[in-house]
Amino acid sequence: MTPAEQDEVRRRQRSRAIIMAVLLGAFVILVYAISIAKMGMKG
Amino acid sequence: MATLTQSYALTADWRDFLALTKPRVMTLVVFTGLAGLLVAPVKLPAVLGFTAILCIALGAGAAAALNMWWESDIDALMKRTASRPLPAGRMDRQTALHFGVGLAFFSVVLMGVATNWLAASILAASILFYVFVYTIWLKRRTPQNIVIGGAAGAFPPVIGWAAATGDVAMLPALLFALIFLWTPPHFWALSLFVRSDYAKAGVPMLPVVAGAKATRIQILLYTIPMTAAALAPWALGLAGPVYGVAAALLSAFFLLLAVRVLASRAVEPAAMKAEKSLFAFSILYLFASFGALVADRWIGA
Repeated sequence: MTPAEQDEVRRRQRSRAIIMAVLLGAFVILVYAISIAKMGMKG
Repeated sequence: MATLTQSYALTADWRDFLALTKPRVMTLVVFTGLAGLLVAPVKLPAVLGFTAILCIALGAGAAAALNMWWESDIDALMKRTASRPLPAGRMDRQTALHFGVGLAFFSVVLMGVATNWLAASILAASILFYVFVYTIWLKRRTPQNIVIGGAAGAFPPVIGWAAATGDVAMLPALLFALIFLWTPPHFWALSLFVRSDYAKAGVPMLPVVAGAKATRIQILLYTIPMTAAALAPWALGLAGPVYGVAAALLSAFFLLLAVRVLASRAVEPAAMKAEKSLFAFSILYLFASFGALVADRWIGA
């Protein structure tokens, strides 16, 4: 791989990692909201 | 080879994963699923309704990714699909398979946890049906592929309804029938003017196997029962006059366009104006019909 290709691979890995982190964060918030809503329904 | 696969996997951009889920097809799935949820007599808390629609979208995305995993060989042969991540070589097949299976499991389990397991089961069935029955079994074997495959796309309003009520009733069954009968005219209109592409990939699309004339007859033959399915919710008293009038007008125009397609003798895709209008209108038709049903419910309430 040329240095330019390596940089491109790193850039994509980085952007994928950031998106994965955002999605995981969003998932945690969603599960919290689902739990609250389901507990509200039972009450 | 291992290095090659690895470097492919590494260079797949997040946009390639998004493209794998066919986001444009997803809009129709999300919209019809949302309509099924909104017309149901039970109101879910907003966050659970949102989650149900998210799961329908993710399930559809998973099915699309698995479809692309299976079809990368024929996608490479068609102009319309050659730039997808797999045929273009931006992602290896195994990555697409893992992504699709993972997303499918995730969507079904989240649906079950957030709403109920009936909705989750129907979602799972629709993904399995699309991947195994349509993509793997029928698409390359029979010109009726679209008819049976259309059933997979007809599930979202049933899933939306089931997520809200935990049950399946007459209205979502009619909405299923409407999308099921709408799919053949919608796709066959498209396949008339992209026929050369399907022929090149060896997919037995109706125009390839039976010819354009037979396809134009079939389009009209499916439009008639589709109209009946569209009017049935109103006729049976499951929807009000707002939906009834909208469905009647939209279906009448759909029939008119289908008759124009029947009368068309165009051979070259560039000359197929009637076919292109029917395809474009068919998308609007489904959005407008489901939109009218939701509006009818809100006005009636």
